[in-house]
Amino acid sequence: MTGVAADLTALYQQTVLAHSRSPRNFRAIPDADRQAEGHNPLCGDRVCVFLAGGDGVIEDAAFTGEGCAICMASASMMTEMVKGGTDAEAASLAERFRHMLAGAGQPDQTLGDLAALSGVRGYPVRLKCATLPWRALQHAIDRRRQTASTE
Amino acid sequence: MTHAEAVSPAFDVAAVRRDFPILDRVVAGGRPLVYLDNAATAQKPRAVIGAVAGYYQRHNANVHRGLHTLSEEATTAYEGAREKTRAFINAASEREIVFTRGTTESVNLVAQSYGRDRLKPGDEVLITHMEHHSNIVPWQLVCQQTGATLKAATIDERGELDLDAFDRLLSERTKIVAFVHISNALGTVNPAAELTAKAHAAGAVVMIDGAQATPHMPVDVQAIGCDFYAFSGHKMFGPTGIGALYGREALLDAMPPWQGGGDMIKTVSFENTVYNDLPYKFEAGTPNIAGVIGLGATVDYLNNLDFKAVQAYERDLLAYGEHLLAQVPGLELIGTARSKASVLGFTMAEAHPHDVGSILSHQGLAVRAGHHCAQPVMASFGVPATVRASLAFYNTREDLDALAKGLHKVNEVFGL
Repeated sequence: MTGVAADLTALYQQTVLAHSRSPRNFRAIPDADRQAEGHNPLCGDRVCVFLAGGDGVIEDAAFTGEGCAICMASASMMTEMVKGGTDAEAASLAERFRHMLAGAGQPDQTLGDLAALSGVRGYPVRLKCATLPWRALQHAIDRRRQTASTE
Repeated sequence: MTHAEAVSPAFDVAAVRRDFPILDRVVAGGRPLVYLDNAATAQKPRAVIGAVAGYYQRHNANVHRGLHTLSEEATTAYEGAREKTRAFINAASEREIVFTRGTTESVNLVAQSYGRDRLKPGDEVLITHMEHHSNIVPWQLVCQQTGATLKAATIDERGELDLDAFDRLLSERTKIVAFVHISNALGTVNPAAELTAKAHAAGAVVMIDGAQATPHMPVDVQAIGCDFYAFSGHKMFGPTGIGALYGREALLDAMPPWQGGGDMIKTVSFENTVYNDLPYKFEAGTPNIAGVIGLGATVDYLNNLDFKAVQAYERDLLAYGEHLLAQVPGLELIGTARSKASVLGFTMAEAHPHDVGSILSHQGLAVRAGHHCAQPVMASFGVPATVRASLAFYNTREDLDALAKGLHKVNEVFGL
């Protein structure tokens, strides 16, 4: 395998492709108590994140929208991992995910499937694809009304 | 290269490629650059790069004001480029050529200087669904400012303008008709003279966005009959940050200045300022002198090519590209107008345009992925984005072979 092909495999790991092909929690939650949109004006990617549960608790998490494989996989993994936790745990996970994308070391084991997105580190332009759903998640948690933008 | 020679002996693509130093670059770990993003910006021939460098190295001075040697040289070169630009689009007079930052600024100039003064509630501006944002937003702004209404004619499934819709929307309320000569996202070539005649018959003035036309076809503004025509240097192998607005002299003469400053005045006092003659009235401040000189060199370069041969060559490239892309599973062409410039817009069943762009970039190919600043076009086709491979006359069949190979690789990664 050439270096170039190896790089591509790092970006499009099987876990990423599996999530993007059949994203988990890809639906709207009609009675969500928190929701927010994320938009990347440069490429047109759009996601809407829905959270349902009590005060500070995420009993259900889902998303709708359209984007590239990286964005869809990131949103799919994100909703899977924040479901059943608290807002604080989701914020902490978001922080560790951002740290992984910013760093060069080994991905944190607690990130689970999200570690498969570490290949995005080599693609500065694509980082925004991976982080877009997380920006929307943060807006939903903070009950901010305006669309989360990558720009 | 042999393919090209077989098609058109008058066009020597190998020789042309030698004029563009960047085409020798290697990218993506040693792969030769395959540049297919020409509709975003085209590469620059050595003659243009040399003209810009030569101005800074030997003639740099301000224009229209110095009495010294360098200023005279700079002014001569600057005004010489205006004459070249006039001849390039066959305008009647140099007074009809206003240098701007590019097509976007040219459209804004017309919207604000011509439109803002004249439009009133009840008036309409007619555009099309295939416009670049730069030929939409300036009209939205002036409509908001004046109370006029913006209308847009739809496009069909090929990406051609719906002429019936255009005719229906055109009325005595229509004061300005603005349309793109060649669509950046679809490649569609609009019948500019025909649309202009229809608009004039309804009493409207016509503004044409020619940003994608000047790199692909000879443009004659008098033959088209339009009132305004805008284009950008960088899309036609010239420098960035420079472009031109053609405007019919009688219209430009009657329009108020758009920006105030030096160079656009004859006399200034606190009581009264007398504006300069055309075209200087619309060129406030020290202009992009190097850009203008570079644009002049670009026109010289294009004039030295046999454009009939260029067009035949590009038609062959487009047909070859469409033939190759038809064999890629899951690929759907977006934009199949009968009259089309060498633009290949498409989507893929399994891969989002961004993923396609990244995978192609890995293989040394530069394409654009996204909405191409034409979101209404994307909406017309019901897609959020497309991949666009846009060709120039220095591209080859080998470039398109590399594209097809790259797209098969995309399908391999995505398991199709």
